[in-house]
Amino acid sequence: MGKYVAKRVLTSILTIWLVATITFLLMFLVPGGPFLAEKAPSAATLEALNKRFGLDQPKIVQYKNYMLNLLQGEMGESIKQRGRMVQDIIFSGFKVSARLGGIAILVAVCIGVPIGCIAAFNRGKWLDSLILFFSTLGIAVPGFVVSTVLMVIFSVKLDLLPTYGLTSFAHYIMPVSALAFYPTAYISRLMRSSMLEVLGQDYIRTARAKGLPQFKMIFKHALRNAILPVVTYLGPLLAYTLTGSVVVEKIFTIPGLGNEFISSIINRDYTMIMGTTIFLATLLIIMNMLVDIAYKIIDPRIKFK
Amino acid sequence: MSKKLVEVQNLKQYFHAGGSLFKPKYVKAVDDVSLFINKGETLGLVGESGCGKTTLGRTILRLYEPTAGKIIYDGVDITKVNMLPYRRKMQIVFQDPYASLDPRMTVGDIVGEAIDIHKLASSKQDRRDRIIKMLEHVGLNSEHANRYPHEFSGGQRQRIGIARALAVNPEFIVCDEPISALDVSIQAQVVNMFEDLQSELNLTYLFIAHDLSVVKHISHRIGVMYLGKLVELAESNELIFHSAHPYTRSLISAIPIADPKTARKSKRIVLEGDVPSPLNPPSGCRFRTRCPYATELCASQEPELREISSGHYAACHHLDKVPNN
Repeated sequence: MGKYVAKRVLTSILTIWLVATITFLLMFLVPGGPFLAEKAPSAATLEALNKRFGLDQPKIVQYKNYMLNLLQGEMGESIKQRGRMVQDIIFSGFKVSARLGGIAILVAVCIGVPIGCIAAFNRGKWLDSLILFFSTLGIAVPGFVVSTVLMVIFSVKLDLLPTYGLTSFAHYIMPVSALAFYPTAYISRLMRSSMLEVLGQDYIRTARAKGLPQFKMIFKHALRNAILPVVTYLGPLLAYTLTGSVVVEKIFTIPGLGNEFISSIINRDYTMIMGTTIFLATLLIIMNMLVDIAYKIIDPRIKFK
Repeated sequence: MSKKLVEVQNLKQYFHAGGSLFKPKYVKAVDDVSLFINKGETLGLVGESGCGKTTLGRTILRLYEPTAGKIIYDGVDITKVNMLPYRRKMQIVFQDPYASLDPRMTVGDIVGEAIDIHKLASSKQDRRDRIIKMLEHVGLNSEHANRYPHEFSGGQRQRIGIARALAVNPEFIVCDEPISALDVSIQAQVVNMFEDLQSELNLTYLFIAHDLSVVKHISHRIGVMYLGKLVELAESNELIFHSAHPYTRSLISAIPIADPKTARKSKRIVLEGDVPSPLNPPSGCRFRTRCPYATELCASQEPELREISSGHYAACHHLDKVPNN
């Protein structure tokens, strides 16, 4: 196990380095730069700015400097948000996005798993069809539609919920619903199909032959075996949701990381682009590793190589 | 010896198989079967794939709720009762040792769960002792208890399945093709183990298989099923050497004979065609579409299972036409 984790960590570092390098290259292939605005600065100012951020040096030197700083945990100063360090911006945005995303995933799992199970137990009946209908809807309808529809109903028409910010419980309701909509639908479908598969297995019949009561059979044998695909899905889902959804954060004006992501690219904020990309890649890798380790705990058949 | 332990009367098990709401279709997997099994006896049940023998075994244990008919265990009608106390007395060994053990549980827990459900162990130590005793009963040992099913071979897994069934000290075990998924070399071991356990623990078996040569070895009496119906039932030797039903004849002629000289002389009866669909079985005698002796009578009237000599039952209109062997 220790050896496995060590190997995973090593390959992860290699992956992150590759991601950083490729992002660095792509970044400079995109035309434009951080100082091009409607009101173009004078040539002297531009030169001074370029010098301050080290952009006047050859690309290879810039790359070397960036990597050396990164090794020391420094992501540099944001080019657009002067005076703020990239890691601080990421951290403060991540705090907001992660709380929101965490709640949304919790909601998605707590609703999606039971609903999927219920659909499986009632296979072919009207309840199953109803759940299937809503989960298909949930997968098909994009987040911005859900967000705006919610807003129209609950804020504009009913005047019940606030439309922006994250200062009270009521503020969380709509963004969490919008964020949880798709994963809930997806998890319920995953759960339904894997539960159906498990329920047809012989060992479920064995449990019945032993005399195990229905609900115990479901929790002890069926659920434990059927939950695996959901765990798999949870890894990348966590990474993407915790780092914030651009759409939802834009619509509800939430100061999260998702917003920073897009604005850094639009602004050609080179240090921010690097920082957010590396952060997302690292999170994704860590989540996938956690999922793999969780696998081993849930399923003894899986061995680490 | 001749006390009935298990008896089924006119048991029917139909499965819904589509069709419209007003005209549903049913698979008649088991259709009006009556038989009994004496205490300490092994009743063999043979038939082709899909003839309903597995369904019959599972329905007797009420793993499927019977469509109609009665199941009587030790004098008590258990067709409608709460099965929990009977789950201890009646057990089953499944066909597929790969699929019938929960991959997430250790072997000890698989065996132990049955003990827990019926609260048979007085303490943790007692539980552990019982598990080990069961494993040793089937030729495994205590260190196997902490391993997972996937770490075992097919034969070992089937032993685990047997240990699991034995863990609750049952009186009656349905052996649902327990050896057909195993290598030939291991089949004999497992069959012998079933025999040893029977004499040791005074068990009663319903032994389901499609291989007559195995069934004849282990069974006291043998029943033959065809398309959900019991077509012949007799003492093992009687059935093998004096079979009456044409279907049984063809099955027996398919048993390989070890001596090539005898084998060359014996004539294999090869049945024409396939088993008809149980969704739409033939009218009258279900075997008539493949029977060399079939007449119009067979199409219009279903033959009843009748006693042709003491303890020998057969369901055929033309028993007199079937040549003696």
